[in-house]
Amino acid sequence: MTDIKTGPANPSRRTAIKTLAGAGAAAASLPLWARYTHAQTAEPIRIGFQMHATGIGSAYGRWYDRTTQAAARLINEAGGINGRPVEIITEDDGTDPKRGAEVVEKFANQHKCDIAYGTLFSHVVIGSAPRAGELKLPYFVVSEGHHVASGMLNRWTVQPGITDVKSQVKSMAPFVAENLGKKVTMIFPDYAFGHDHRDFFSEAIAEQGGEVIAKLAIPPSETSFTKYFAKIPRETEVIYHVMVGPAVLTFVKEMGEFFGPSRPQIFGFIDSLEAVDLASPGLEFLEGTYFWEGMPRYAQPDQTEFDKHYREAIGIDENGASVNDPKDVSTYAHMFGCWETLYVIKAGMEAAGYAGPQDRQKLIEAVEAMTEWPESNEHPQGPKLFNGKTHQVFGPQYISVVENSRLKVVQTAAMETGFYPDEVDYTTQSF
Amino acid sequence: MDFGPHLLLAAIEGAVTAAVLALMAAGLSLVFGVMRVVNVAHGEFYMLGAVLAWVVASTLGAHPALGFVAALAIAPLIVGAVAAAADMTVLKRLDYDPERTIVATIGLLYILQQLTLMGYGPEARPVAPPFNQRLALPWVEWGDGGVQLYWPWGLSVTTYKLFVIGAAGAVLAGLWALMTRTRIGLVMRATQLDGEMALAFGIPVERVYAGVFGLGAALAALAGVLIVPIQQAHYLMGGDALLLSFIVVIIGGLGSLAGTVIAAILIGMSDGIISVFFSPTLAKIIATLLVAFVLVFRPQGLMGKPPR
Repeated sequence: MTDIKTGPANPSRRTAIKTLAGAGAAAASLPLWARYTHAQTAEPIRIGFQMHATGIGSAYGRWYDRTTQAAARLINEAGGINGRPVEIITEDDGTDPKRGAEVVEKFANQHKCDIAYGTLFSHVVIGSAPRAGELKLPYFVVSEGHHVASGMLNRWTVQPGITDVKSQVKSMAPFVAENLGKKVTMIFPDYAFGHDHRDFFSEAIAEQGGEVIAKLAIPPSETSFTKYFAKIPRETEVIYHVMVGPAVLTFVKEMGEFFGPSRPQIFGFIDSLEAVDLASPGLEFLEGTYFWEGMPRYAQPDQTEFDKHYREAIGIDENGASVNDPKDVSTYAHMFGCWETLYVIKAGMEAAGYAGPQDRQKLIEAVEAMTEWPESNEHPQGPKLFNGKTHQVFGPQYISVVENSRLKVVQTAAMETGFYPDEVDYTTQSF
Repeated sequence: MDFGPHLLLAAIEGAVTAAVLALMAAGLSLVFGVMRVVNVAHGEFYMLGAVLAWVVASTLGAHPALGFVAALAIAPLIVGAVAAAADMTVLKRLDYDPERTIVATIGLLYILQQLTLMGYGPEARPVAPPFNQRLALPWVEWGDGGVQLYWPWGLSVTTYKLFVIGAAGAVLAGLWALMTRTRIGLVMRATQLDGEMALAFGIPVERVYAGVFGLGAALAALAGVLIVPIQQAHYLMGGDALLLSFIVVIIGGLGSLAGTVIAAILIGMSDGIISVFFSPTLAKIIATLLVAFVLVFRPQGLMGKPPR
């Protein structure tokens, strides 16, 4: 290459003047945007929302965002937290652990957030939590992973809005063993989330007198599944599946094509079909199969006032889709966690008399001291019990059957069925 | 499942993978062969094909077969036009300089991906197949009375999967005929052999380049349309497909259609069979190892011609 091009190194006079003018305007308005620095009471409480806006978690991210914005709006309409408005500061983490840690850092140092919040995917939580701990930034995750209660994270990381996977799985085992069958083949993605299911469910079904006779681990990037189904043992009574990601429709469709008219009982986690319309072509095969739901997507006959209030605030119809677009299906079984977490943050900040970043430790201590939250507008999914030692919340779980492409709740597992002995006591750790 | 039926099932699955892969890699190989451009955005054209298939099928809203046939015709045309436009507005301005075109197509990759995310959203959406009959397949065994046929549990294929294999074969045969039997093919091959000389003989090389880039992208889009009733349209689906196509093209020899097809069958089948009997990770390891061996011992690929 011999041609020489003028570029940013030789700025024209016009660009230089533009830059100067911009800087001048910023300097002139400095008193305006710096006015809150000494008037802390009027300054909003800044909640850094780590959003999976892009990457594999983006379908969840979009609905976590809508739920978060709706809850924040209601909190502000009701007078904010400690008389201060709440401001949600959103950063995309690309569903990527490395960027997750950077986003947490940005919240603390650049946006001057009071807390960080809202992460779902477990690898992002695990990648981000250590940085939050180092920055001494309260980190409220909505991830359903067992990593909080297992003790692998730190005192600054809390999960007060959604039950963890160990508890969910444990409360499903009695239903599976009693109603569907005792010989189970598990199909799960080959990474931490799937391994949690594999380990906890194998243990839980054994307690019920059942047995996992085959475990099929599927690589996360797989796009075709028929070849794995050939490994399902003939005597299987129940198939337990927890596939996630964009290939899940293929998974279900190919499972239908594989079994044809003679299928075993099938139990799955709705994680597979969050944000997916159950009336999609290819999903006919799921008729009569069972799902775990964190919160029933389709409004049930015994729908509570709280569920109505919650749906209305976010803009969700009785089928769990956006009121503006019935094809835009929500991640209903998980996103309530955002809503409930924000209300826990509010309650915690009020109990701690939170005034600013110097009170971050008090906030964590206040949340640790909490125990019970009744079913209410703040906790529409159901009553909750919070374990301050393990930083983990427990709530009821729902089991639904697919009927006419809708989910009908057949059993509600009480939160007690998901209890397990504590594995950590974060309150003994130093800040 | 017994060994025999299991192997058959794995082979059928592998053949579907191979068919789609061959189409896509043929496009990548064509672009490299004629233009010497490594098109990193090729996977995104595949994704665009799938996404547009969903758009066309859901806008028409008619019978699934009608929507699918319309998508089969429209999606590759649109994607081809987009690619030709990208060639004329971006790649041409870079004088097809190898390094800079790689960077430019990486940029194109992100632009296409993010625009899809903004417009189409993050969901995986299905397109109904035009027909999808489950065919239970029989297997033979030696019983008391000699050879018997029986229907093993789960051994089946769908008519649509068979159609994908057939359609890919037909398109590749058409592509081969286009390259070797028509004037357009002659012009492309002339440009491939020596661009400057072709220009001197009055071949409009710039238009050939735009056409080839469009054709390559249209092939990827066609693969996307064919796969979308089996998988779903998703804005990130181009990534893995691109990687596999590169593997296929390197093994087969850049710019060689026959080599591409052979390599696609090799990779598709081995992926199907090895991942069934051993582990999917091993299948990936072997594919990557194969690439390394090809690069060391036969850098031009199985069927590629050594540089002169």
